[in-house]
Amino acid sequence: MANAAIGRSVPRKEGRSKVTGEIQYIDDLSFPEAIYGTVIRSPVARGKILGVHFEGDFPWDEFIKVTAEDIPGENRQALILNDQPCLAVDRINHREEPVLLIAHPNKHLLIEARKHVRIEVEEETPIYTIEDSDAKKEVIWGEDNILKKYRVEKGNVDDVWASAHKVIEGEYRTGAQEQLYIEPQGMVAKASPEDGVTVWGSLQCPYYIQGSLEVLFGIPADQCRVVYAATGGGFGGKEEYPTVIAGHTALLAWKSGKTVKMIYDRAEDMAVTTKRHPSLTRHKTAIDKDGKLLAMDVEFLLDGGAYATLTSVVLSRGTIHAVGPYLCPNVRVNARALATNLPPHGAFRGFGAPQSCFAIERHMNKVARAAGLTPEEFRNRNFLNKGQRTATGQLIEENVDMQGLLTTALEKSDYHAKKARFAKENVGQRIKKGIGFATFFHGAGFTGSGEKHLASTLGMEADRNGRIRVLAASTEIGQGANTVFSQVAADTLKISYDAIDIEKPDTEKVPNSGPTVASRTSMIVGNLVAVAAKQLLAKLREAQLLGDEYTPDQFNSACDQYIEKHGELKVISEYSQPPGINWDEENYQGDAYGTYAWAAYVAEVEVDTLTYVTEVKDFVAVQEIGKVLHPIMAAGQIEGGVAQGVGFAVYEKVVWRDGVMINNQMTNYIMPTASDVPEIRVFFEEEPYAYGAAGAKGIGELPLDGSAPAVINAVEDAMKIDIDFIPMLPEDLFELIESAANNGQGEE
Amino acid sequence: MVSVAKVNFDCTINGEKKTISAYPMARLLDVIREDCELTGTKEGCGEGECGACTIMIDGELVNSCLVPALQADGAEIKTIEGVATGEQLHVVQESFVVNNGAQCGICTPGMIMAALKLLEEHPDPSPDDIRHGLAGNLCRCTGYMKIFESVLAACQSMKQEV
Ligand code: FES
Ligand code: FES
Repeated sequence: MANAAIGRSVPRKEGRSKVTGEIQYIDDLSFPEAIYGTVIRSPVARGKILGVHFEGDFPWDEFIKVTAEDIPGENRQALILNDQPCLAVDRINHREEPVLLIAHPNKHLLIEARKHVRIEVEEETPIYTIEDSDAKKEVIWGEDNILKKYRVEKGNVDDVWASAHKVIEGEYRTGAQEQLYIEPQGMVAKASPEDGVTVWGSLQCPYYIQGSLEVLFGIPADQCRVVYAATGGGFGGKEEYPTVIAGHTALLAWKSGKTVKMIYDRAEDMAVTTKRHPSLTRHKTAIDKDGKLLAMDVEFLLDGGAYATLTSVVLSRGTIHAVGPYLCPNVRVNARALATNLPPHGAFRGFGAPQSCFAIERHMNKVARAAGLTPEEFRNRNFLNKGQRTATGQLIEENVDMQGLLTTALEKSDYHAKKARFAKENVGQRIKKGIGFATFFHGAGFTGSGEKHLASTLGMEADRNGRIRVLAASTEIGQGANTVFSQVAADTLKISYDAIDIEKPDTEKVPNSGPTVASRTSMIVGNLVAVAAKQLLAKLREAQLLGDEYTPDQFNSACDQYIEKHGELKVISEYSQPPGINWDEENYQGDAYGTYAWAAYVAEVEVDTLTYVTEVKDFVAVQEIGKVLHPIMAAGQIEGGVAQGVGFAVYEKVVWRDGVMINNQMTNYIMPTASDVPEIRVFFEEEPYAYGAAGAKGIGELPLDGSAPAVINAVEDAMKIDIDFIPMLPEDLFELIESAANNGQGEE
Repeated sequence: MVSVAKVNFDCTINGEKKTISAYPMARLLDVIREDCELTGTKEGCGEGECGACTIMIDGELVNSCLVPALQADGAEIKTIEGVATGEQLHVVQESFVVNNGAQCGICTPGMIMAALKLLEEHPDPSPDDIRHGLAGNLCRCTGYMKIFESVLAACQSMKQEV
């Protein structure tokens, strides 16, 4: 048999086309006949539309114009709720809300002209903060501004407070974060009542888009075709938002009868597309005199922006991760997502967990201090172990060793020696060094019964030369989906990695293997690849064309003979839920995820007390992620996630003014560069997961959860100051130190 | 709208002589992508910040989104399409494939141009040289570690070739 591909760092399937520049992203595809489309957006955050005026000296009758009246089906973005229109009709609920669409063959003229469409609005008072929304200063959504709420209850926290050794409270905030994929969003569409709608684009989830086009145009699914173009990064930012652009582009195409291209420039992309939900978390925790957790009461609040988008699901994940990988007999989590008049927030790698993880990992340091224990000793006394139950009552049946992971991480980073040394050496120095860590977990795949409802399917087809084609809607966005699918297919079929091709996602050609989200692609869809490969082998064996043992050549000729006789060799695999998973959606109890990845991250920082700049100098990431399918790609995923987490902590700040991001440029929204990132050292432990592809668990989102709190815990160590928010930029640290000095806190 | 006439000028792109007809203030990036149909050079920001549009003009790295087309008059331009020799990948390209220096790949063409220049200036780069040499090219996927490793490994193979 061929060399096993799993566990080996085979070359990335589409790697060659990426280093030569041959691979085509949406803006690279040639549509010579295309005209250009753009969106005219609301100039205010909240109000009533009074009129639209086409001003200035432009040949307005040459422009294609689309308003809500031109929508053939329903004017809504079909997602979870139906609250978001495709084009605003009477009401404006956020800045940059789409009101009408225009298109013209001359791109430059279009860009000039769009500035001269004036939307006349009667302004109303907007609200921009979680607190104002929670207090119902204005009711802007539903009856109470609450987009979604959850409650998790285990034991009874209220019985504990009075008798507890200590009760510790804290309040923590995280800011919005821009996904900042380097390829801006874009779509091309053709559409007509006769031929239906076809869109090509930069996207994560082809079938989400198909579903929404059906509603928007009122035509059957098979007339809505969605084709993936190579996608230059997503990180959640291309999960739901491409649906909006696809709808707009297709409406212009439908009305004009022409091919329409709409590529956002960076400024538009940053100002209008979704970002990570800002959060506010309040913790109240009781411990006994041995430093054991007795009760955890958490209020977890998200700013959802003006419409519901995927907020309920983001809130759900944040809620379930809110008390971290700790054992506590009494837990209450009250979670609410609140509407504001900001552009809707949405999916971003980690999906709510990075927000609640920042809060719990900062809070655990605070509680440790109150308990008179080191952060590591406190955690060691409280880690969740095999045989114990999470906040939702899920029994942990996998081999979990959080203590072991933490010990490894502390050793690899030389934590103890450094901590002692920094404490001594920092005295009197301008540069203060610090080291800190976070311990955390991340549920892999969809929450609760999500995977069951998705019921993903995947196809696999052989040709007469024994070449295999995998048919999946899962998109390659840099994470290595093509490569992992090929590895799993090759090893299951016992043929060469090079004999596998991945069909380009296209709703006309591939079945729905579900969205490319939630760290599910390798684990869940990869497993569908394995199942399909087994079905394919079974067909060949039933036809008596293949024995138990065979060479790749014998496999090839078996395929040939099978196809000769039957015309084709094709199978479809379907998701089936692992046994014993029970989830009670109503009460938020039960098995929230099929499995979890577990991790301990250590960050080392230097803080300049003159400039207040924080630099992350070293980073150790230790995690247990099931079987590592591709060591180099897995490490690359973690490293990329850590860099984004470092950005979330100390670089990336969305500055809002009057309801819109005003630093919507790469020059003033700063992500880490090659000179900013620390050395990131990645270590894996493997506990194969029986129901993941070849034992894999999901890893894509994990690194976003723990990186930011590890960095801020290190800053706390360096500066001896409590920091309860991110992003923490130099100006924020300056302010904090000033106010702490006034209150007598801080370094003695 | 004031209409400005297109101008013609000659330049060499990836070793091939070309006559370009463009508006004088058109961005070189658009001329390369649209007129020359070399779409390997990408636009990430259009404001000189991300480096996705990095090319070489007369051996110097530039962000082509900031360069007026006319500046290419008489110049020798190299884009990612001119890095491999026929089917034979350049050592740096090969190294990016093997070491997973490209994830989504959108930063890769610019990153490889920057890496080529870096290795030309520092045939034996220190970690700081690498960080510094690539600091003008943003990558959101990799956290840069695998890019650094790709450059180092390329440098090793280049040494062995000599
Ligand atoms: S597109 Fe030129 S630097 Fe970003
Ligand atoms: S590989 Fe995606 S931005 Fe660099």
